[in-house]
Amino acid sequence: MSIRERLSGNEASSFAMKQINPDVVAAFPITPSTEIPQYFSTFVANGTVDTEFVAVESEHSAMSACIGAEAAGARAMTATSANGLSYMWEMIYIASSLRLPIVMSLVNRAVSGPLNIHNDHSDAMGVRDAGWIMLFSENNQEAYDNLLMAHRIAEHKDVLLPLMVCQDGFITSHSIENIMLEEDSEVKKFVGKYEPKHYLLNKKEPISVGPLDLQSYLFEHKAGQAEAMKKAKNVILDVAKDFEQWTGRHYGLFEEYRLDDAEIAIVCMNSTAGTTKFVVDKLRSQGIKAGLLKVRVYRPFPAEEIAKALEHVKAVAVLDKSDSLNAVGGALFTDVTSGMYVNNVNVPTINYVYGIGGRDVPTTQIESVYSDLAEIVKTGNIGNPYRYLGLRTKEGK
Amino acid sequence: MDNLIEIRWHGRGGQGAKTASLLLADAAFNTGKYIQGFPEYGPERMGAPITAYNRISDTPITVHSNIYEPDYVVVVDDTLLESVDVTAGLKESGAIIINTTKSPDYLKSVLKGYNGRIYTIDARKISMEALGKYFPNTPMLASIVKVANILSDEDFLKDMEGSFKHKFAKKPEVIEGNMKALEMALKEVNQIS
Repeated sequence: MSIRERLSGNEASSFAMKQINPDVVAAFPITPSTEIPQYFSTFVANGTVDTEFVAVESEHSAMSACIGAEAAGARAMTATSANGLSYMWEMIYIASSLRLPIVMSLVNRAVSGPLNIHNDHSDAMGVRDAGWIMLFSENNQEAYDNLLMAHRIAEHKDVLLPLMVCQDGFITSHSIENIMLEEDSEVKKFVGKYEPKHYLLNKKEPISVGPLDLQSYLFEHKAGQAEAMKKAKNVILDVAKDFEQWTGRHYGLFEEYRLDDAEIAIVCMNSTAGTTKFVVDKLRSQGIKAGLLKVRVYRPFPAEEIAKALEHVKAVAVLDKSDSLNAVGGALFTDVTSGMYVNNVNVPTINYVYGIGGRDVPTTQIESVYSDLAEIVKTGNIGNPYRYLGLRTKEGK
Repeated sequence: MDNLIEIRWHGRGGQGAKTASLLLADAAFNTGKYIQGFPEYGPERMGAPITAYNRISDTPITVHSNIYEPDYVVVVDDTLLESVDVTAGLKESGAIIINTTKSPDYLKSVLKGYNGRIYTIDARKISMEALGKYFPNTPMLASIVKVANILSDEDFLKDMEGSFKHKFAKKPEVIEGNMKALEMALKEVNQIS
């Protein structure tokens, strides 16, 4: 039986970690993810979990401790945000290349500078090519559910890749909302026991982890990571199927909201998708055929599936909560449009960089995007495809 | 988001506006509603103006933005009235509740011609009398529950007793005072216009 509760995104994430009861949690506090290791450390202190909690002196050490623990054969988790993730950078690549299925809760925040503690996706976008599976969460429920599914995906024999569950800093991490929780025993059963095939503390099979890997084999090992990333897609869907059987909550690679017969559509991730759903309903009640595609699985990127889902639409806007500063467009935009191109889908598509540094995203902003799209459909003129949404004008408004 | 109620709190850092918004979310949650309770974080420091929000609905809430057209506004500190546009976007069908002892004429002059209902309460007096300390958030919480008719006085008091027992598990001596503050506030919140 699911349990009706109200929790913040951070509370929900630490609750999931409590139920998963990993062998090791190593973390260093950073806003807005601080509460996750904070709450978790109380579970450790109270004996609710038997996790070894490593209160490291930096995020670089947090990821290093997770790497050491996973290599030894333990299940390890961590949580961080923004500059904390930046400080892990070196070890982020080590974790994925050593094929260690570490699970991280990433509470998205703008990477400095100048200093900003609020939400955007620049932290996540900075590691999009680092070989981690990346799941995005609209609200506290999805942050919780994605964490419950995380280990089954990451530890699968076809995958063996680290995984991060993203949610929007403050917007969902610090907002109390309704949530359905699952029973401890059911979670334990679903997540299962971690049984690594190869690990350092196996005296029957002495191995070495992370030795020098030069011209003769690094290429093959990278290709192995890429292959695992491709295979992850089906594993993610299989785990989601089991999860739905258990909880009744459905997850795919992305969510299509009133997209079937939509003429204009927005593609976005995390909390903005919820705000967009409200706007879609409002526009639908006025007879405007608006739809939404909310990306849940960003890595591996479901390019073909997204292209197919958007094929029938007359105009698309991709919303990026991070600017790639490449004079072309945000990361999600370039991923979506290249996916459309190689799959022979030719739909007028524009990009909006929005919500940077915690700039609030009211429903009126989303409505303005749909009205821009309607204009493109009417005139056939895309104009500048790389735009800003909610940027102050010269008058300061 | 059917029967949606949106509430905006204005206070100063340290007065408990955020806690009050979370307790209000709790109380509404316990009546079976869908809720949101969230603060707008800025440079947090004692005394700085802060804003917190609540959404309460019969159906799931998907919007994740601040509230621009609230049904109700709660002002925890009346020194904000001249520096913050507290009635910005406030619906005329709604109401504003202010912790103040200032005159109705003064209040009307700083509320920029707001035509909806205006309520006042002396949360300082109540808090000092019930708790011996100035914690305005408890009386303000009771006031908004009363004015927005979120639940009956009886159900609210019963529910809050449970919340306080949980929240103050390590300082049970403050439960009685907080309950008294709620009861007094339910009686004393006063419509001036």
